[in-house]
Amino acid sequence: MDLSGLTTGWYLALAAALFIIGAVGLLVRRNPLVMFMCVELMLNAVNVTFVALGAGLNDVGGQVAVFFVLVVAATEVVIGLALVVAINRRRAGATADDVSMLKG
Amino acid sequence: MGAAAWLICAFPLAGFVVLLAAGRRLGEPRAGWLATAAMAGSFVSAAAVFAGLMSRDPVDRRFVVTLFEWVPAGDFSVDAGLLVDPLSVTMALFVTGVGALIHLYAIGYMHGDRDFSKFFIYLNLFAFSMLVLVLGDNLALTFLGWEGVGVCSYLLISFWFTEEANATAGKKAFVTNRVGDWGFMLAMFWAFGALGSVRYLDLFGHAGSLSSSTATAIVVLLFVGAAGKSAQLPLYIWLPDAMAGPTPVSALIHAATMVTAGVYLMVRVNPLIAAADAWAPDMIAWVGVATALFAAGAAMAQNDIKKVLAYSTISQLGYMMLAVGTGAYVAAIFHMVTHAFFKALLFLGSGSVIHALDGDQDMRRYGALRAAMPITSITFIVGWLAIAGVPPFAGFWSKDEILAYAFDANPALWLVGLVTAVLTAFYMSRLVFMTFYGEARFGDEQHPHEPSPLMTAPLVALAGAAVVAGVMNLPFTKDLHFLGTWLKPSLFGNEAHLEIGGGVLWLLALVAVVGAAAGIAGAVAVYLRGRLPVSMVERPAAARAFYVDEAVTRFVGGPGRRAFDLVAAFDSKVVDGAVDGVGRSVRAGGTALRRVQSGFVRFYALLTAVGAVALLVWFLSRASL
Amino acid sequence: MAEAVFAVAAVLMLAGAIGVVASRNPVHAALFLVQTLIGVALLFILNDAHFLAAVQVVVYAGAIVILFLFVIMLLGVDKAEELRVEPIFGQRPLAAVVGAALAAVLGTVILTTADVLSGIRQSGGERALDGEATDIERMGRVLFGEFAFAVEITAALLTIAVVGAVVLTRRAARSDGAPAGSGSG
Repeated sequence: MDLSGLTTGWYLALAAALFIIGAVGLLVRRNPLVMFMCVELMLNAVNVTFVALGAGLNDVGGQVAVFFVLVVAATEVVIGLALVVAINRRRAGATADDVSMLKG
Repeated sequence: MGAAAWLICAFPLAGFVVLLAAGRRLGEPRAGWLATAAMAGSFVSAAAVFAGLMSRDPVDRRFVVTLFEWVPAGDFSVDAGLLVDPLSVTMALFVTGVGALIHLYAIGYMHGDRDFSKFFIYLNLFAFSMLVLVLGDNLALTFLGWEGVGVCSYLLISFWFTEEANATAGKKAFVTNRVGDWGFMLAMFWAFGALGSVRYLDLFGHAGSLSSSTATAIVVLLFVGAAGKSAQLPLYIWLPDAMAGPTPVSALIHAATMVTAGVYLMVRVNPLIAAADAWAPDMIAWVGVATALFAAGAAMAQNDIKKVLAYSTISQLGYMMLAVGTGAYVAAIFHMVTHAFFKALLFLGSGSVIHALDGDQDMRRYGALRAAMPITSITFIVGWLAIAGVPPFAGFWSKDEILAYAFDANPALWLVGLVTAVLTAFYMSRLVFMTFYGEARFGDEQHPHEPSPLMTAPLVALAGAAVVAGVMNLPFTKDLHFLGTWLKPSLFGNEAHLEIGGGVLWLLALVAVVGAAAGIAGAVAVYLRGRLPVSMVERPAAARAFYVDEAVTRFVGGPGRRAFDLVAAFDSKVVDGAVDGVGRSVRAGGTALRRVQSGFVRFYALLTAVGAVALLVWFLSRASL
Repeated sequence: MAEAVFAVAAVLMLAGAIGVVASRNPVHAALFLVQTLIGVALLFILNDAHFLAAVQVVVYAGAIVILFLFVIMLLGVDKAEELRVEPIFGQRPLAAVVGAALAAVLGTVILTTADVLSGIRQSGGERALDGEATDIERMGRVLFGEFAFAVEITAALLTIAVVGAVVLTRRAARSDGAPAGSGSG
């Protein structure tokens, strides 16, 4: 890795750190809302890599990919929050661990 | 010309299909006429192919008509191809010719039967299968025909299946033939394993490159198959019981055509026999001659007219196997053809007699039928003289040729064959005297009469053939060896050559004639003059065919059954146990693994992450390589 | 200058991310999320993706986080979560191991590849970033040219998401007046 100046590698390292924080958060938090936020963290980490690599390659494709990720993230949040609302209506204050009836 | 080859098979197949679809609607007698016409068409096609081959140069008299690729399976490819060469055309000619005559006869014989059209469905299917067997250009196609004739044989033996004995006889034939089929299949697998092909021409072309032990194994296994189909010791036991079928069936399948398939197969694979160790053909010769003697002995004491003819057929098939074993392939085919004529004639004649006496088959209630049935008796007597070996009838020439080659190979073989010939003359004379001479022993209410011309016409035609068929291969000069010259391209020079000279041949022929005369004279003395009590020649052991059947029954029912029980136990415990064990272990594994499916979505996410990391590590390890 | 902006953005993002994961109250977590998203928007500006930066702030920090907050308020689930206990045995140690392994793998990739982009062909033409057009114009051309079909599909996806959300949260009025289960959606 070239440490001189602001190279693409720095962006990637930052994105990796963000991604790992999000992943660990997803694994340890029980509140479904916070779990969704952690997913958003991971998606943003990926967005950073897209934009950084796109800039490095002098290509607008990276930004286009981010645009689509934004849209998908929006739909994901909409459906996810709808699920949270539906589950909470049945059982107030449910965490992700409380919804575990479907098991072997 | 090449087109006519597939027509030989197509005619009976078309007859079968049409009868299957509309046989009942056609009814009697049109169904029979249709089947007969199909056979006649097949015969004409065979004759056309024969004429086409004749017009060719002798070295060109072999070609393959490939209809389509039958089994394409990787390296293993089997074509539905017809091998047209002198041997197969000879077989096709007499199968269709004799077959057409017997079809014609059956129209009269099966008159009034409830399943008249079904009978002809089976007959045409049989003819088709037999022609596939004969004309197939590879072992697999021959095997298809081989099984087809086996099925038809089973269906026709138990044609009147409402009687327990008939159904049992059919089953017995089927099961006994399975033993032979086992040998055939193993031989086929072995040939494919050794040479990578089951086509005859490939096998023959590379027979020389086979190790002699491989060739011997293939030949011996094929002979097991041939022994089953051609009723050799010890697999003959099904043929006497097969007489439960209608008499035209006995004539067509169990005398003229199907039972000769084993002999045909052995002649067909003569290059393999040539490549095998010397003991293999010796064994074939000894099994053949032993069968001939054994069956002739059994025929001495049978009272059922069809049983006599059945044992006689086994005996004659033994002669043919003797010829194969001594390398006298031409003699084997020669005897096969003449035997087809006179044995079909004898069976059809016996059918007329049985028909005239309302289905009674016991010769002790026959006698003096000569006056009531002149055409039947005259034609029957022609057949009798032919099989007894009286010159100039056809049987004399073919049997004499076999015995000459046997003498040349090993005088002991010749001696057994000669004794068999004497016995043959004796038991056939016994049959004729008990049936057509002496005093009438049937009841007064029975009035035997000549059957319709539909049934006598084939008798006359076959009798004519039985008289003159010897001219096919007269021994006097080389120019008269028509059959031998004709078959040469199919034998690849593997035919044995007689070392003995003309004088010895004349002497052997004279001995054979004297033997036949002695046999006939003995029968005259016992059955016409009454010089000796009948019980002196008809021994109980012979009547029971020397207890072979009982021995087989006892063996299969005793130790055999225990062995099969053992196999069944092995199957249910070990094989099924393995299959069940797979299922049980999968279920146990699932029960253990279902604890992983905890229902906690975060745990699933953890496992997904572990998988993602593992994938990344894998990519990384590949990238750094 | 750029390095300074990057440093500020990085500190904002990482601190916000840790805040999201570590705060017991979901309202606090949502606010920390806004901080991270603004850090990301800063990085976008640093890379001359001005349009994306604006969208990031408007859609993410605006719409999505507001949606989160609405749901939190609606359901009254702003109770603090007890973070010191972990009901699933071994989940946290394993999560730490997985995180460390991820860090190791990603770190190896970034460190060992001297410069990930050296030697790779640079884009030209309409997709090139160094042209005369503004970034919004470039994106517009590419989105409605090369990716027109994908954009249409995205529209369908959004519609489906909206319909799905309505179906999932609808309270179907039954004839007996009792509220239907949410699972009936």
